[in-house]
Amino acid sequence: MAAEAANGAETREPTFYLVEDEHHHEPGGSTMLGFWIYLMSDALIFATLFATFGVLSTAFAGGPTPREIFSLPLVALNTAILLVSSITYGFAMIAMQEGRLGGTKFWLIVTGLLGASFVAVELYEFAELIHEGATPQRSAFLSAFFTLVATHGLHVTFGIIWLIVMLFQLNQRGLHPENQRRLQCLSMFWHFLDVVWIGVFTFVYLLGVLR
Amino acid sequence: MSDATHAHDAAHGAPHASRRTYVIGFLLSVVLTAVPFWLVMTGPLDATTTGVLIVGAAIVQILVHTVCFLHVNTQSESGWTLMAYIFTAVLVLIVIAGSLWIMFHLNSNMMPMVDVRSS
Amino acid sequence: MFDESVTRAIFGRLGWESFPFHEPILVITFAVVALIGLGIVGAVTKYRLWGYLWTEWFTTVDHKKIGIMYMILGIVMLLRGFADALMMRAQQAVAFGASEGYLPPHHYDQIFTAHGTIMIFFVAIPLVVGIVNYVMPLQIGARDVAFPFLNNLSFWLTVAGAGLVMVSLFVGEFSRAGWLGYVPVANIENSPGTGPDYYLWALQIAGIGTTLSGINMVVTIIKMRAPGMTMMKMPVFCWTALCSNVLVVAIFPVLTAAFAMLMLDRYVGTNFFTNDLGGNAMMYWNLVWIWGHPEVYVLILPVFGIYSEITSTFTGKRLFGYSSMVYATVVITILSYLVWLHHFFTMGSGASVNSFFGIATMVISIPTGAKIFNWLFTMYRGRIRFELPMMWVIAFMITFVVGGMTGVLLAVPPADFVLHNSLFLVAHFHNVIIGGVVFGLFAGMDYWFPKAFGFRLDRFWGKVTFWGWVIGYWVAWTPIYIVGLMGTTRRVNHFEDPALQPWFIIAAIGAVIIGIGIVAFVIQIAVSIKNRDKLRDTTGDPWDGRTLEWATSSPPPNYNFAFQPQVHDLDAWYDMKKRGAQRPEAGFRPIHMPRNTGAGVIISGLAAVLGFAMIWYIWWLAAVCAVALLVYSIAHTFNYNRDYYIPVDEVAEQEDARTRLLAAGA
Repeated sequence: MAAEAANGAETREPTFYLVEDEHHHEPGGSTMLGFWIYLMSDALIFATLFATFGVLSTAFAGGPTPREIFSLPLVALNTAILLVSSITYGFAMIAMQEGRLGGTKFWLIVTGLLGASFVAVELYEFAELIHEGATPQRSAFLSAFFTLVATHGLHVTFGIIWLIVMLFQLNQRGLHPENQRRLQCLSMFWHFLDVVWIGVFTFVYLLGVLR
Repeated sequence: MSDATHAHDAAHGAPHASRRTYVIGFLLSVVLTAVPFWLVMTGPLDATTTGVLIVGAAIVQILVHTVCFLHVNTQSESGWTLMAYIFTAVLVLIVIAGSLWIMFHLNSNMMPMVDVRSS
Repeated sequence: MFDESVTRAIFGRLGWESFPFHEPILVITFAVVALIGLGIVGAVTKYRLWGYLWTEWFTTVDHKKIGIMYMILGIVMLLRGFADALMMRAQQAVAFGASEGYLPPHHYDQIFTAHGTIMIFFVAIPLVVGIVNYVMPLQIGARDVAFPFLNNLSFWLTVAGAGLVMVSLFVGEFSRAGWLGYVPVANIENSPGTGPDYYLWALQIAGIGTTLSGINMVVTIIKMRAPGMTMMKMPVFCWTALCSNVLVVAIFPVLTAAFAMLMLDRYVGTNFFTNDLGGNAMMYWNLVWIWGHPEVYVLILPVFGIYSEITSTFTGKRLFGYSSMVYATVVITILSYLVWLHHFFTMGSGASVNSFFGIATMVISIPTGAKIFNWLFTMYRGRIRFELPMMWVIAFMITFVVGGMTGVLLAVPPADFVLHNSLFLVAHFHNVIIGGVVFGLFAGMDYWFPKAFGFRLDRFWGKVTFWGWVIGYWVAWTPIYIVGLMGTTRRVNHFEDPALQPWFIIAAIGAVIIGIGIVAFVIQIAVSIKNRDKLRDTTGDPWDGRTLEWATSSPPPNYNFAFQPQVHDLDAWYDMKKRGAQRPEAGFRPIHMPRNTGAGVIISGLAAVLGFAMIWYIWWLAAVCAVALLVYSIAHTFNYNRDYYIPVDEVAEQEDARTRLLAAGA
């Protein structure tokens, strides 16, 4: 009788407990929003680093200036690599949506290789700079530059590690819903890093050389 | 439930990407990247105009990425995705603009007279 | 030479001189702590409780147990932070003229730094997070938070940070740069020792925990409300919890980045905040206050929510002006991000900048004022029951409003030029934090304790706690306002002017009275546990509450609700009671629950050791921990088996037990 009173289906009384049908919060249903909000917090880390770079962008301390040390062709190459990796990840997601495990893995590997090239080029750039004496310790401008760009590069590196782990997990469980959720999150992460890079190449490299 | 329906359920609520959107986004981004680089590397315009144009291009490209790659729209997560995005954008602006404004004033009022900066 | 370089390689800069054998206070403290610690460990071992503790508490992903653990952490750290306060009050009461007191500046500076750091990061934050953790999911009719494992991890990361701060007492030194790690004091050349490094590592680790918790709570409130509970039908406490956690997610990254840059300066020699090579120390101040100001709203907003719930329950009326409360909360959230410069008006940013932030600061007091009026209007023509939680509300209203007013006074830049970094400022923020946050936490603890444990707190000792805190606060801090107005500077361990001494003696007496309140609180808990059968509540609703947490048993079953509630109106439980909702007593189903995990403990343990290794320059150990963290975290992601179902008969057993209890009580 209690169950009847609680279930207002027969009468016009409102129900106060869902005895018939669970409003099912699907497992993992919150993952995407949670990861998105994490990305928003990451955006604020980058905002802080950008703000610091902005404030310290002319603090050369008699040391190297942007025009002296930035190689725009190299930055253009890196930008192109990262941008292409964004669309290759997109192809991976389309393959995933269409249920093609092989296609997903293929495009993920391509993305990972492009990402690794990006990091390699960046490390090469850093090595050159340090070799020339433009070290992070030389001036506040260089401290801010290295930290901002390296933080982005570290994020890309973590993304590549995550991508590799995903390849293993795809091998283990194919396009399991949990794997799909994780690939969606990695997708957001990867595109987010390209968005940050837009800020980097514009405000650090292009505007720096322009000054 | 079969794996197919499970897969759909998992992807449901997640944005559905299409090849078209990705390719359009990619092509727009290429243009919005190449033009600023070209402007700075060949320098046909004066510095201020170039600066304004490349910042503008960056903002547009960020929006292109947001819509085409990140699939941010008013439906995603019942509008919370967009709300979080806009809120964050506002805060990012406050942090950057506020810091620059404050530090510029502090620097100009409080910096020692000896100019250690070279330009 | 060979020996020394090997020792350096193995132990970094840790050596025998790092242990304060020559400091009697520290040696005695260590002895006492070690004895208590051994006692606890011994008792747990004797009663064979390690297994129970591990499976039921340390590895739990249940928001209720995690909430309780946060509260325990906060209360334990309160004792440490308050000990620091007593030491400072004692020093400042005697150190005049010829008398140097017993704490030289070198120690005094560590004490006020530790006091502030502990009180904000390891008392206020854990207690607020703990109450939000416990109450919010119940109030929205959910079974747990959105990410139960992350919840566990967040707790243990906070513990790791607290642990590092506690270790700094006995191994090496703590920071002397104030609770925000001010540069240039915290720069490597001014603080080459371990001080700021303890501070930075402890807070970075704990900060990650807090950020993850913020994300967790926001997603929970957005995604997991019971059907029918629209945003505007949510309890006000959940709105304040939402806004507070939105702020957490928005601000902790800024602090993380600022601390990271200071760490780079200290470890790698970069020049963000140095005095030369282009560094700019004020940028550090700018960034930490971008964090620091919203942080205080992170603390106060949930407490405002607690006051709303308590006022409405104990006046037997719906909260007045629900919509305006929500709007006020959201407005405060946004505005809190626009006032940070008021913490450094005097640093030379000029009139235009100062006036913008001064006006914004004054504006932010308006929505808070609106809230006070809403509480008063709720009480007007209500039937007020002066239970302990309501007493705390009244004390809050009187005390906090005074603190708010001194805040508006300080918001005026010309006034601030006189009062910046004076004891007036110190009195102001203690006024709002004690009168606001602390009183609210006690109110919340008195209010929700019966829900969490099934029996009420002892009223008599609760009143002793109350009067100890309220009288103690006023006696301790009014003199500080006065000497602050007279021009006394903060963070000073010795004074020349003997005319000030009577005020400091009164302040010290006030601190002792607060101490009585704290001791009474501990006694209250002990006595309540002892008399729990007499104080038992079998209804689950001892206060005639209005929100969904009171619909469950006390304590609630681990799954919270056997059936999801269907919400129709604000004050959902009150609505259910009014309309005669019947609790279902049959037809139960298996309930989907997340599994416990030890990963949080392990990751946090590794993080703590990593922090310790980095502080002491033990590079090999740091590298090992970093790699272990990465490997372990990745391995953890290969575990897809993270949930289970509670079988029907178990659910039925718990629910039948409750049915019997309710019938017996009726």
